[in-house]
Amino acid sequence: MSAVSQSRTRTETAALSVEGLGKEFGNGKVAFADVSFEIGHGEVFGFLGPNGAGKTTTVRTLGTLVAPTSGTAVVAGLPLTPANGAAIRRRIAIVPESPGLYQRLSVAENLECFADLYRTQDPRARIGQALRSVNLEDRAGDLCGTLSKGLRQRVALARALLADPVVLFLDEPTSGLDPVAAQEVLSLVEGLRKDGVTIFLTTHRLDEAERLCDRVAILNTTMRLIGRPAELRDQLFAKTLLIRLASPLTTPEAVFTEAVGVEAWHLCDDGGYELTVPDITAAAPAVTRALVSAGADVLSIGESQHSLQDVYLELIGDQS
Amino acid sequence: MNMRQVRAIFRKEMREFRRNKQIISTMAVSPIGFLIAPMIFLFSIGASDASTLYNYPVLLFTLGMAALVPVTVGAYSITGEREQGTLEPVLGTPIGAREFMLGKALSVFVPGVAESYLVFGVIDGLVWAARPAAVSAVALRLSILLAQLIFTPLLVCLSVWMSMMLSARVSDVRTAQQLGALINLPVIFLAIAMGFHLIPVTLTLGVTAGATLIVLDVAGWWLVSGTFDRERLILGAR
Repeated sequence: MSAVSQSRTRTETAALSVEGLGKEFGNGKVAFADVSFEIGHGEVFGFLGPNGAGKTTTVRTLGTLVAPTSGTAVVAGLPLTPANGAAIRRRIAIVPESPGLYQRLSVAENLECFADLYRTQDPRARIGQALRSVNLEDRAGDLCGTLSKGLRQRVALARALLADPVVLFLDEPTSGLDPVAAQEVLSLVEGLRKDGVTIFLTTHRLDEAERLCDRVAILNTTMRLIGRPAELRDQLFAKTLLIRLASPLTTPEAVFTEAVGVEAWHLCDDGGYELTVPDITAAAPAVTRALVSAGADVLSIGESQHSLQDVYLELIGDQS
Repeated sequence: MNMRQVRAIFRKEMREFRRNKQIISTMAVSPIGFLIAPMIFLFSIGASDASTLYNYPVLLFTLGMAALVPVTVGAYSITGEREQGTLEPVLGTPIGAREFMLGKALSVFVPGVAESYLVFGVIDGLVWAARPAAVSAVALRLSILLAQLIFTPLLVCLSVWMSMMLSARVSDVRTAQQLGALINLPVIFLAIAMGFHLIPVTLTLGVTAGATLIVLDVAGWWLVSGTFDRERLILGAR
């Protein structure tokens, strides 16, 4: 398949398509290497990794601010080349970690400037719309320097919305915010997700990735894993059943080896049992029957839930 | 060239400068050094010695101010944005290199020229109003006024390119301002030399200096827009 038809196919199916992308600085430091993924239209994609993993440089590279040293990408339907820089930047918006607002200018003046830079049609109406989207209509006249961090981040989001982007890059949007302000920003991002905006979210806050993202990738200079949070859990962790009984079994070995589908078991510190099973739905009823037959008083049987944090720590923990 | 983007940068810069007390005060103070010596000279000379001013066109000394004033704003233009974290969002928009640089340059050039003309207007007015007609007629002769009128924008323009080139390459505003002042020293020395008759001021010298400045100004624009590098502006030297 030729490069042109390949990029056309990508354009139709993906908002963002990256193949073997990498960036090495002049001093030999590798920011990120061999990064590949595709993001569908309307998808919220989480890009996780520790500090220094290359997340921000990846965003800057896809945003045409930094030139890649290897690989290819199609951003918002356009191949990532120096010639396409301005055209790509017209179709995307980046909200950097620091909102980067002009402190001496009012909210409206900041947005006016960017509406002109994006060459927005009917800028006044667009600014009003963007301010409504982030619930800041009544703060349009306030100087940005007088706003709280959370409000500044909302202004930065409004600024990004002026571009009506095909892909919105959010680089650690809740970094440094208090829980209330972070919650407000996340609610706004959820609203954008419902509106069908494709979002590329870098974060090291795993709770927000789990809450917002359809799929996540874990990066530590190179890509470690990519998939839906549940898929990642399944890839990394065996499925386990947690059982709590009123009193310990006298012959647990006999009970669990007789039960269908139990691969291994062990006694937990709290007196419960953890069973490794290949299929939760088949194993849970069989184990319950075996326990009842053995005369055990069952308090609870449930699936052990690994969080995205467990996945992250399994992959990154030892190295960071 | 998209003029809407150029205007956006220019208007934003003007709003920022107007509200930045540090820039306003530095711009207000920086011409003073260029005014003291010529004013002392002009106010100490009598009508009978007015012809001395043909050999000592001290008002040309004040042209050095036109080279220095833009350094304050020019040095701030890119380094200042990088320092306050606003450079990345701007460069993340579809703005092109020429639009960005021209918007920035105009926002340094316009106040630089305006301030220089204002100061010239005030001192020329003072000389005209407060000195004997014999002194003011020589001090403010047509060639001096033409030199102020023509060389001011040419000198400001050169200073704009030099300070912007520095601003794009250093990491903090203060360093950019200090280096900017330093690289303008040859121009300032030339103005001093002309004002105090170390170099005889002739028509040939004026035409040569004017032509040289025009060439340097065009080369400056070519260099500044041609060496624009989004990556280096954002990352600094790596």
